[in-house]
Amino acid sequence: MRWVSKYLLRIVAFAVIAYLFVPIAVIAVLSFNKPANRYNLAWNSFSLDAWKNLCGFPGVCQSFVTSVEIGVISTIIATIMGTMIAIALVRYRFRGRSATNILIFLPMATPEVIMGFSLLALFLFLRFPPGFAAVTIAHIMFIISFAVVTVKARVQGLDPRLEEAARDLYASPAATFRFVTLPIILPGIVGAALLGFALSFDDFVISYFNAGTMQTFPIFIWGAAQRGIPVQVNALATGVFVLALAIVIVGQSMRSTRQRRLERGL
Amino acid sequence: MAPVAPIAAAPLIGGVRRRSGLAYLLLLPGMLWLAIFFVIPFGSLFATSLQDSPAGLFGNYAQAMSEYWGAYVRALAYAGISTLLALIIAYPLAYYIALRSGRWRSLLLVLVIAPSFASFLLRTYAWRTILADEGPVTSFFNALGVLPDQRILSTGLAVIAGLTYNFLPFMILPLYASLDRVDPRLIEASNDLYASGPKTFWKVTWPLSMPGVVAGTLLTFIPASGDFINAQLLGSPQTQMIGNAIQANFYKLRDYPMASSLSFILMATIVILVSLYIKRSGTEEIV
Repeated sequence: MRWVSKYLLRIVAFAVIAYLFVPIAVIAVLSFNKPANRYNLAWNSFSLDAWKNLCGFPGVCQSFVTSVEIGVISTIIATIMGTMIAIALVRYRFRGRSATNILIFLPMATPEVIMGFSLLALFLFLRFPPGFAAVTIAHIMFIISFAVVTVKARVQGLDPRLEEAARDLYASPAATFRFVTLPIILPGIVGAALLGFALSFDDFVISYFNAGTMQTFPIFIWGAAQRGIPVQVNALATGVFVLALAIVIVGQSMRSTRQRRLERGL
Repeated sequence: MAPVAPIAAAPLIGGVRRRSGLAYLLLLPGMLWLAIFFVIPFGSLFATSLQDSPAGLFGNYAQAMSEYWGAYVRALAYAGISTLLALIIAYPLAYYIALRSGRWRSLLLVLVIAPSFASFLLRTYAWRTILADEGPVTSFFNALGVLPDQRILSTGLAVIAGLTYNFLPFMILPLYASLDRVDPRLIEASNDLYASGPKTFWKVTWPLSMPGVVAGTLLTFIPASGDFINAQLLGSPQTQMIGNAIQANFYKLRDYPMASSLSFILMATIVILVSLYIKRSGTEEIV
């Protein structure tokens, strides 16, 4: 029994991790493929064509840039709103608190197809045209909840006595926020922004219903899937994956180094 | 990502009592945004679902149920099976990370989230390569003679495989969060009192991880039941789910009242199932 729980559990755990990465490996390997036909589904022969010419397929880079733009705009707005809500939820007692919590939770528990289509129904009703603005509005809507949850965890870890001390020393509320609160909760805000950008950049369903004829990167992939996804898409996705992983691992190691230094300092 | 220790939150109680209009000011922009673009759309969705009704006020609903009954049942069945599979696959990993991983914990958590950095659509599409008819996976199962159609791709199996894979992190993370809160001393105590490994698991660990099981199964089942990407990319016209019916009525048929009725039926089903489930499992602290 001991042996089983010691080694079997470890083997199963690493098998599950490996399973999570199988499709990633397929995407990366096929980015070096020269497909035999227009469907890049099976290995044919090695080629760097896609990597040398990332924008070599019409529409790929344009849709990629559109996704980055929507991601940046919606992340900034949603992170600010989410941070404000997180601070209010942790720091203040107010009427309607549980209703607020429920309204924050619901978008995370609603199928995207319903959020996407119901928002389209509203836009049609208001005669607001689908497209860039509509998709950005939609992304802000579904990112807010994730921003609140991420920042809230950080605000909860903030000792209110630090802010009280600043106030006792005659710091204005603005100065207290700028020099005490903000620096402490900043890692949470950065985390929320990274998560928000990732969610926005990869969103397909909600964008699909509200984009009209505009193409984001996922919408481009969806359209291409019917007639064969160009190899450039695999190369770009592999690049994004490696970049995102690098950012997270560097961030993590910086945090643990700081943690160790703090512990040694104490 | 690091869970906040309850001790760290304790001193807050003193600081929280302030009552202030400032709170409402902080809440206003975000809550207004959610009210206008999340809550009100359900109203316009409902209004749209009543338009162009063939017979009676709720004619679209009756038509939706008779026309897409198969897709509706399939969506619930596929999502249910995938959720169960995801729970079985995720639990050992979440348990390992929470209770056995030591200093590798944060790296393992990064590895759980990392696959999400690659496009959802491309990851789903990659399963076409993995489950291809001549591929190793299909050959293996065919050698065992267990595949009713001699293939996986374009069958319900491929759709279930895709759903299970895609929503797995939503199962792993809540399970991890609740297993992380289990005091290892309780497990040790059970072992010290001569409970067997399985007995300790079923009497101590599993009940304590229940909030994570409930949250994880909901966060897997809900998006899976509305998904149309997996059925579209991995399945066939015979494996369409309710999400595909909504998508087809939106994109191909341009029948918005029908798409709205289907969305409302899905939403109502989820609300009913979730509230029954939460009541049965006795955990109401998920929100």
